[in-house]
Amino acid sequence: MSMPASAQSAAASMPDIVLSGTGLSRSFGGVHAVADMSFELRQNSITGLIGPNGAGKSTLFNLVSGVDKPKQGTVILNGKDVSGLDAYKRARLGMIRTFQLSREFGRLTVLENLMLSPQLQLGEQLLPLFLRPAAVKSNDRDVYQRACEVLKISRLEKLRDEYAVNLSGGQKKLLELARTLMIDCDVILLDEPGAGVNPALMSTLTDMIVDLNRNHGKTFFIVEHDMDMVARLCDPVIVMAEGSRLIEGSFDVIREDKRVIEAYLGGSLDG
Amino acid sequence: MSAYLISMATFVGFFMILALALNLQWGMTGMVNFGIAGFYALGAYTSGLLSVKLGWPVGITIAMSCVTGLIAGGLVALLSMRLREDYLAIVTLGFGEIVRLIALNEDQITEGPRGLKIDARPFADMFDRETYPLVYLGLVALAVAVVFVIVECIRRSPMGRTLRAIREDDVVAEVLGKNVLRHRIQVFALGGAFMGLAGALYAHYVQNISPEVFMPMVAIFIWMSVIVGGAGNNWGLLLGAGVVMTILEGSRFMGDFIDFLDAEQLSAIRIIVIGVLLIAILRVRPRGLIPEPKFSFAAASTDQERQPSIENAK
Repeated sequence: MSMPASAQSAAASMPDIVLSGTGLSRSFGGVHAVADMSFELRQNSITGLIGPNGAGKSTLFNLVSGVDKPKQGTVILNGKDVSGLDAYKRARLGMIRTFQLSREFGRLTVLENLMLSPQLQLGEQLLPLFLRPAAVKSNDRDVYQRACEVLKISRLEKLRDEYAVNLSGGQKKLLELARTLMIDCDVILLDEPGAGVNPALMSTLTDMIVDLNRNHGKTFFIVEHDMDMVARLCDPVIVMAEGSRLIEGSFDVIREDKRVIEAYLGGSLDG
Repeated sequence: MSAYLISMATFVGFFMILALALNLQWGMTGMVNFGIAGFYALGAYTSGLLSVKLGWPVGITIAMSCVTGLIAGGLVALLSMRLREDYLAIVTLGFGEIVRLIALNEDQITEGPRGLKIDARPFADMFDRETYPLVYLGLVALAVAVVFVIVECIRRSPMGRTLRAIREDDVVAEVLGKNVLRHRIQVFALGGAFMGLAGALYAHYVQNISPEVFMPMVAIFIWMSVIVGGAGNNWGLLLGAGVVMTILEGSRFMGDFIDFLDAEQLSAIRIIVIGVLLIAILRVRPRGLIPEPKFSFAAASTDQERQPSIENAK
């Protein structure tokens, strides 16, 4: 929209960039939660997004995934401008996200949480359900097989018939990540995957992320406060403060940067 | 007495269809509908008017009731698509009242408070007056069975899974790529069609419909049926509809045992008794008499019918 045509075509012609946002802005009342924020995710990278509380990280995720609409700015996914699309259409184009506070489907079992995730299942439509029951059934069996594999990978096998609401905080985080494994997607946005996760589960979680990234070509965009996790996983790291991008670089570079230290100290004093 | 029981069973049938429709909308998908009476009335008046004014055959007028219910349900869902649950409650309540007030005031068409007399009854000339109520009960039972099978098939299917996900958290369902709006419209339209069907069957049964029957109270009874029976469980709400109807009707006979109260006091006490009994049931079984069964893939993939039992309750 407000983006110059040249920039748009440049983004589209670079196959290296899977997801990008340009000039994204969103304010709530007088607060500019996200102000003229831009970013690019390289294919097959794990990009970290850090910043003090209130920097606008989660709001940015909302704008990118389509849960919230920006006042200005464009989001380009796989070379396609998705700015005007509803969240479910963006998801179908290959972008999946998780939430800061895990949002599982509580009164569904762990297995169901996984089985419902694949998109455009035949049995989700009313007519095939009654006209082609055999096809629906065999389709669902495939989904079940896939779900069993994912249960194994995510080490949630023992909990498969447990209601998701009964899981611990860390297990819920794991389930959210496992859900994204059920979906054929390119980009996964994780909002604080490590929050409240104990060390043992944490290593399962990071193993899964690394495996998905290396062996399945998934691109990650991760908001995280656990700096050990960021240092281990993310390159590059984007630092956000007061709604826009402060600096971007490898973890070692941004760790030494004075502005980053100031932003964090300032943020913690305000908070 | 047996004529009374047959008539009561027929009414339980209407309740069951309405309850199944509400379970599809609210129990499974989380969409609040307080306008049940409106869809019920729409079905009753559609079939009644087409039959009385245009002389259409009963089979077709009943089908038309389903169509109007379908369209009305779809439209209500579409118009309120951006609204949260509590606002949907207001919109549907308003819809119900609009239908009732139109029926009351457009008396040149609907006969208003005098009531619309409907002569046509399905298969009426094939049976004598004695056996006909039983035949009609069979017809209603068949309708209940058809609606039950459709709703239960949806519940067990991948679509049912997705609907329950929408009930639990619509935003997450959306970011997983589910077309939440489309599912909501489908479910509301289908539920509306079933409610229309119930209305049509009611109209040709009582043969005289008037607006005061379709008060919002109808919705409350259906809600009770679903909540008492067990939201999300189709077997449970069949039981729930029976229980609520039994309490409703049974409390009529209280007067025989309590002779120091006049009729007015009795009717007030009836409502109190209903409320107390329902609270008592929910104290003991908070998720209803037969709660929503836990899904297990083995049960869904084999063809053997597995009725959810009390043991399934968690």
